Amino acid sequence: MTTDLRPAPAPELRTGRAPRARATTSRRLGSAFAMFRNRKSITGLAILGFFVLVAILADVLAPYPPTQVDNTARFQPPSAEHWLGTTHLGEDVLSQVIHGTRGVVVVGFLAAIMATAIAVVVGVVAGYLRGWRSESLSALTNVFLVIPGLPLIIIVASMFENPPLVVIAAVLGLTGWAWGARVLRAQTMSLRNRDFIQAARANGEPLRRIIGNEMLPNLMALIAASFVGTVTAAILGLTTLSYIGVIPVNTYNWGTILNWAGAQGAFRQNQWWWFLPPGLCIAAIGVALSLINFGIDEYVNPRLRSAGERARAMKRRGLDVNDPVTAVRPATQTQETA
Amino acid sequence: MTAVQPQPQPVQDALEVGTTATTVVRGRSRIPWRFLAGRAAFYLFTLWAAITINFFLPRMMKGDAVDQYLSRNRNVSPEAADALRTLLGLDTDRSLLQQYLDYVGLLLRGDLGVSLLHGLRPVTEVIGQALPWTVGLVGFATVISFTIGTIGGAVVGWRRGSRLDGLIPVTTFLGTIPYFWLGLLAIAVFSVNLGWFPIGKAYGVGMRPEWSAEFVGQVVHHGTLPAATIVIASLGGWMLGMRNMMLTVLDEDYVMVAQAKGMPNRRVLWRYAARNAVLPQIQSFALSIGFIVGGTIVMEMVFSYPGVGKLLLDATNAKDYALMQGVFLVITLSVLVANVLADVAYAFLDPRTRQTEA
Repeated sequence: MTTDLRPAPAPELRTGRAPRARATTSRRLGSAFAMFRNRKSITGLAILGFFVLVAILADVLAPYPPTQVDNTARFQPPSAEHWLGTTHLGEDVLSQVIHGTRGVVVVGFLAAIMATAIAVVVGVVAGYLRGWRSESLSALTNVFLVIPGLPLIIIVASMFENPPLVVIAAVLGLTGWAWGARVLRAQTMSLRNRDFIQAARANGEPLRRIIGNEMLPNLMALIAASFVGTVTAAILGLTTLSYIGVIPVNTYNWGTILNWAGAQGAFRQNQWWWFLPPGLCIAAIGVALSLINFGIDEYVNPRLRSAGERARAMKRRGLDVNDPVTAVRPATQTQETA
Repeated sequence: MTAVQPQPQPVQDALEVGTTATTVVRGRSRIPWRFLAGRAAFYLFTLWAAITINFFLPRMMKGDAVDQYLSRNRNVSPEAADALRTLLGLDTDRSLLQQYLDYVGLLLRGDLGVSLLHGLRPVTEVIGQALPWTVGLVGFATVISFTIGTIGGAVVGWRRGSRLDGLIPVTTFLGTIPYFWLGLLAIAVFSVNLGWFPIGKAYGVGMRPEWSAEFVGQVVHHGTLPAATIVIASLGGWMLGMRNMMLTVLDEDYVMVAQAKGMPNRRVLWRYAARNAVLPQIQSFALSIGFIVGGTIVMEMVFSYPGVGKLLLDATNAKDYALMQGVFLVITLSVLVANVLADVAYAFLDPRTRQTEA
C-alpha cells in the first residue's frame, strides 16, 4: 500500500459527529474533555479552582506571615484581628491554612502528573502489545498494586533528613500509579480489537499514531478519572504523613498544622479554631475531587445518572419504578425502556 | 454410501448426555491448570520482589540501629557495640550478595532477627503479640462496614430516585475526610468533652491481658471509638460500589423478566439483583482483608492502640531495622494472601473468569 492511497484519518467518524465537519483543535479539545461537562464535575472543578487560586495568591491573601510569633496573643479564639484565632506561639491560623494550601496543591498535582504519566505509558503499552512484553509490564503493575503503599512511603520518606516537596511528590507518585495502569490496560486491550483500530493498522499507520490519535481520545475519561483519584490519594497521603511527622514541619501544609495542634493538645483543650479549619479544607478538596469523579463516572456509565432521573420521572406520573404491575397498566403507555 | 442413506445413530443415553446445564456443571469440575500456574508464578514473583525491597530498604537509610541505640544508652562500650552489630548482621565486611543470601536463608527458617527496641526479643514474638489486637479490632470493623455498606448500597440502588440517593454524597464525604482527623475529632468530642470513652490504648492501665469479664469489657470499651471511626470512614466506598453495581444490574433483562413473572419485589431485590451485584464487592472485600494488617497505621497512632501499625511507626523512628523489615514483610504477606483469597473467591463465584482466563 502506498502513502498516496491512504485516506486521511477522520476523527469525526470515530466520535460519530456530523461527517466532514472540520476537526478544529478547539472542537477536538472539547470532545476530549466532554466528561467534565456536567453539573457535578463543574461544581468540583470550581471548588478545586478556588483552592488553586488561594495557593497561587497565598502571599497576597494571608494577613500575616505564617510563622510570625506573637507572644501577646497565644491560644486566642477567633477575633477581628485573627479570623481563625492563634496557635500556641501566637501564629495566625488563617495565614497558616492559606500558606498550607500551596504545599497540598503542589504535591497533589505533581504526584498525580507523575503517576498518571507512568500509568498511561505502562497501561497503554501493556494493553496494546501482546506476549511476554505485555505480561511482564502487567506483572510489574501488579507488584506495585500488592505492595502496601503507606508503610512503604513511611519507610522511604524517613530516609531523607529534610525532603523537598518534589521528593515527597515523587514518592507518592511512584507508589500510586499502579491502579490507573491496570484499568487503562484492560480498556486498551478491549479497544485493540475494535474496527477503527484494525482499520488504522490495515492502513499502515505508525504505532505512535495509532496510540496517540486513535486510542488516547477514547481513553481520556479513564485517564482523567485515574488522575483525579491519584490527586485525592496524594493529598490524603501528604497530610497523613505530615501529621504523623514523617515529613518535617518546616514545609507548611494542612497536615503540619494538625501535627502542631495535636502535639500542643489542641484536641484535648477544645481549641477548635486550630484543628477544625485545616481538616475541613482537606475534606472540601476531597469532596471537590470526588464530585469530579462522580461526573466522570456518570459520563462513562450513563446508567448511573439515567436510573435516578427515570425513576423520578415515573414517580412524578404516580408510578413506582419497582412495581411491575404499574408497568403493564394501559394508561402509562410509555413502558420505560433502557 | 450416499448422503441420502440414513446414518446409523450412535446409541446415547439422554441422562448421560444431559443438557447445556450439565455441560456447565461438568466444566466446573475441570481444573484450569494453566490459569492456576500463571497466578502461582505471579504470587511467587511478587513475594520475591517484596523480600528484595525489604532487604534493600534499611541499606539505603542513613544511620543504623546501633547508632540510635547508642545515643539512647550512653553506657555501652565500643566492644559491646561491635558485638551488637554482628548480632544484628550489620557488620559490613561481607559482600552484598552474601548478605542477601543470608537474609533469605534466615527468612526461610522463620527467623526475622531480634528487635533492639524491645530488649532484644525475637521479632516474630514482638509481632505475634501485636497482631491479635490489629486483626481483632480492624477485622471486626471491616466486616461491620462491609455488611452495612453492601446491604445499604443494595437498598439505595433499588429505591433509585428516592430521597435515599442523598446518602451516597454524605457517606462519600465522610470517606474523603482524612482518617486521622476524624479520629482526633472523635476523641475530642466523645472522650474529652463527653467522657463516654477512654482516650486511647487497648485496655486500662494496670490490667493484664486475661480471659475475664472485666478485661473483655475494658477491651470492648476501649475499642468502640476506633472501630466506629473506621466504619464511618470506610462505609462510603462499600455503599457507592454496591449502589453503582445495582443500577447496572437492575437494567438487565432477567430482572425485568423476574418482575414480569410477578415475583415479589423482595425476592427480585435480594435473589436476582443484589446477588449478581455483590460479585465485585466480595472481591474487594477479600482484598481489603489484606489491608486490615497494614492499612490502619494512622488509627493505631491516633488511638495509641498496641497493634502492628504502631509497631512499624516506632520501629521506623528508632531505626530498628529488623522489626521494621519484619512488620513490612508481615503486611505484604497478608496482602498477598488476601489476593489469593480474592482470586479463589472470584473463580468460585463467577465461572466466566475461569473460562476466559484459562
